[in-house]
Amino acid sequence: MCATCGCSDNSRPRLTDLETGLAVPLDEPAEPPRAEHLRHEHGQDRPRVGTTISIETAVLAKNDRLADLNRGWLARRAILALNLVSSPGSGKTTLLERTIRDLAGALPMSVIEGDQETLHDAERIRAAGCRVVQINTGAGCHLDAAMLGRALEQLNPAARSVVLVENVGNLVCPALFDLGERAKVVIVSTAEGDDKPLKYPHMFRAGTIVILNKIDLLPYVPFDEAKFDRHVRAVNPSLRVVRVSATRGDGLSEWYDWLRAAAADVDATVARADL
Amino acid sequence: MHELEIAQEIVAIVNDHAAGARVTRVLIEVGKLAAVLPESLRFCFEVCVEGTSIEGARLDILESPGLARCRGCGAEVVLDQPAGLCACGGADLELLSGRQLQLKEIEVI
Ligand SMILES: Nc1nc2c(ncn2[C@@H]2O[C@H](COP(=O)(O)OP(=O)(O)OP(=O)(O)O)[C@@H](O)[C@H]2O)c(=O)[nH]1
Ligand SMILES: [Mg+2]
Ligand SMILES: [Zn+2]
Repeated sequence: MCATCGCSDNSRPRLTDLETGLAVPLDEPAEPPRAEHLRHEHGQDRPRVGTTISIETAVLAKNDRLADLNRGWLARRAILALNLVSSPGSGKTTLLERTIRDLAGALPMSVIEGDQETLHDAERIRAAGCRVVQINTGAGCHLDAAMLGRALEQLNPAARSVVLVENVGNLVCPALFDLGERAKVVIVSTAEGDDKPLKYPHMFRAGTIVILNKIDLLPYVPFDEAKFDRHVRAVNPSLRVVRVSATRGDGLSEWYDWLRAAAADVDATVARADL
Repeated sequence: MHELEIAQEIVAIVNDHAAGARVTRVLIEVGKLAAVLPESLRFCFEVCVEGTSIEGARLDILESPGLARCRGCGAEVVLDQPAGLCACGGADLELLSGRQLQLKEIEVI
């Protein structure tokens, strides 16, 4: 461990359970060799000299496959999983702390924290009274479906509960990596400027709801709300915008209503499937 | 940023299919709306193949256009970003293609 900032000098991904304090490396277990691979080793259909081999595989097929497994795992337990994405510092952890405190008892919740380094955010969530595991991605700039799968196993969330996943602060890369979540919640803060949707269209396109946070700062920062709404609509007309201040509390009831409705929706889907 | 991981994924899939043969060419398709920068991917690919049987292989990138349909008037719109405007002024676009990130073929000797 580095003495200056407490970060680990290990750049590999790891998973820490805040209840036990135990950390395990998240390096993927070696995949079992595929059938065709074994055949090649017997030297039978080794590609001939100068051959073109057609592959036609999506580069992220493996992540997408693992995300589907996570989606199935969550659906069987009627768990609502949300992927919270934003730039660093927009207020994801603050919003989670507040949500946990305000909805304690009313909505069973647990949290998966994603950061490159430190357990700081997970410790904040635990202090708010919530079950949490921390993924440290090391050099990685986003969570992927394999990491989420391992974290879900460790977290072991209750059936019919909500799992809130705080992704690594980054508005680019998490847009590409499906985790198996029900929806991406995009968080932007007023201090970041009203042109964020135009600068990061992939993420705003991938999101289901945008939380505009830090509206308490509107008097002090150059942020044009009408312009922001226009930019959101230009990129993704079906995106819903909820304005909040996670510190002062403005607008949070609208976010809670959305959250409860989404959880009820998952419940209803499973109830129908049970019939 | 994520281009490094994508390059690693490409190298892993190529290795799987090449089964030890020397790879001389890799062809991938990158859609304009895939959020992947071809130049950055090329750089990461060079880094990832060092010391493997893919080292020295040519990376060919087929860039495919972004295409959407305007939900307002039904016209097709060519995009180089996942958002844009139709000639009719409509911004409600259904993306039709352009998000491909596909390993198409390799050449081995
Ligand atoms: N004024 C104001 N400050 C806020 C609000 N929400 C969060 N903050 C502050 O913004 C800073 C960053 O908040 P965090 O919750 O740590 O942000 P984050 O998105 O989790 O950050 P990373 O995990 O590092 O990406 C902290 O100093 C918060 O107190 C808000 O609504 N208003
Ligand atoms: Mg945080
Ligand atoms: Zn139109």
